Amino acid sequence: MKLYLKIWRQLNPDADGKLVDYELNGVEEDMSFLEMLDYLNEKLITKDEMPVEFDHDCREGICGTCGLFINGRAHGPLAGTTTCQLHMRSFADGDTIYIEPFRGGAFQVIRDLKVDRSSMDRILQAGGFISTSVGDAPEANTTPITHAEAESAFDSAACIGCGACVATCKNGSAALFTAAKIAHLAKLPQGKPEAKQRVVNMVTQMDQEGFGHCSNTHACQVECPQEISVANIDRMNWEYNRARLLK
Amino acid sequence: MALTGLFLCLFLVVHLAGNLQLLLPKETAVIQFNLYSRILSGNYFIKVISWLLFLSIVLHSIYALIITIKNRKASGSAYAYDRRKVVSSWSSRNMGLLGSIILIFLVIHLKDFWYQYSFGTLPLDDEGNKDLFSIVVSAYGRLWYVILNIVAFMALGYHLLHGFYSAFKTLGVYPSKLSRGLYYLGIGFTLIITTGFIIIPVFVYLNYHT
Ligand code: HEM
Ligand code: FES
Repeated sequence: MKLYLKIWRQLNPDADGKLVDYELNGVEEDMSFLEMLDYLNEKLITKDEMPVEFDHDCREGICGTCGLFINGRAHGPLAGTTTCQLHMRSFADGDTIYIEPFRGGAFQVIRDLKVDRSSMDRILQAGGFISTSVGDAPEANTTPITHAEAESAFDSAACIGCGACVATCKNGSAALFTAAKIAHLAKLPQGKPEAKQRVVNMVTQMDQEGFGHCSNTHACQVECPQEISVANIDRMNWEYNRARLLK
Repeated sequence: MALTGLFLCLFLVVHLAGNLQLLLPKETAVIQFNLYSRILSGNYFIKVISWLLFLSIVLHSIYALIITIKNRKASGSAYAYDRRKVVSSWSSRNMGLLGSIILIFLVIHLKDFWYQYSFGTLPLDDEGNKDLFSIVVSAYGRLWYVILNIVAFMALGYHLLHGFYSAFKTLGVYPSKLSRGLYYLGIGFTLIITTGFIIIPVFVYLNYHT
């Protein structure tokens, strides 16, 4: 099929960027979205033009590195799907596709579609871990955890940190990401001893990085490729308010 | 934000309940509404509450302004092609606009009724109470004023549709059943408050002026 692409091109973080038009013939339905871009880049390289830079790693929907704003939506039109798992069969011959980087006040375009999302890493560094060395895996039954609790913690832990929640939020808030990282530890006995400092430190870091204030529009939950629930944000607010009040 | 918002929600219930007395048959309504207004304005507990309400509105508005400015900045540069409106509700995206409409209305509303009652000279009714009833009835004799009220109450409705539920989320109510319950409670609350407030000016206009 033939596509009309409008791709954000920007030389470096300080340069002004703009949408550049490309016509691309011979795109196949089975190509993933990123393969379509690879295909475009091959053509650009043979024409001695600069290829379009974009983030990717696993291309299996598990690492969270990819992330494009496609036709006005984070990760494109499908629910519960990363950009790398979106395939060209979701588009039709002759379509125009807008491709832009994930945006947010705490994000920075490095070049073209590549985005510096290290602000999210710094939120994790502020407390998204357990600070004891755990050694070998202990006997599983020494810490009783119900199946429901384990599943619920795992649902939160499924966040791959892609930043779609920030990109789609009108407030540029990282609440869903931060909340998922707080909740998966808050739900398990191992995370309890440090729960108070963790939530305070991570929320403080989130604010310092320049992410916005969550106003519960719930767009993040709709666009999250891992379908992380906004109930995590409620949990974070609960943990945070409690930590602040019972200090 | 959540605490001041919920306090204002609680006030809306009491305010609506009191005002619904305007719907009573005329003879009863005059006496009862004016008596009710006198009792309220003379009560020290109510005085404290009303200052708390003013304070809440001011704090709520200031905080709203701070958050809105902060969030504008945090949203980064605009997308060239933006379809994000399909993934969230209109009211949740327009709380600032809705709140501003409410604020403008509040100023007009307070000037016309609260200020008049507290500092103006009002005629007295047969019982010797200040006749706020007639002030209200004559205010709602103007069609444009009735329409202005309806617009403001609609804005309030959309503000509550998102705000009521959102406030509990901000406070951290996370159990899923409770959260779902509050979502439906929010819709019910919004419908009752909004229809209740809209009925009053419409009723007064139709009943006393046509
Ligand atoms: C009777 C009047 C009002 C009531 C009952 C009310 C109620 C609420 C409630 C319950 C919330 C949700 C709080 C949260 O999510 O934490 C809220 C949010 C908000 N209110 Fe009001 N409000 C009123 C008047 C106003 C006024 C006068 C303004 C503006 C000048 C305003 C601006 C806002 C804004 C911008 C938000 C969104 C805050 C956010 O994004 O988290 N409100 N309101
Ligand atoms: S490249 Fe790893 S999730 Fe898409």
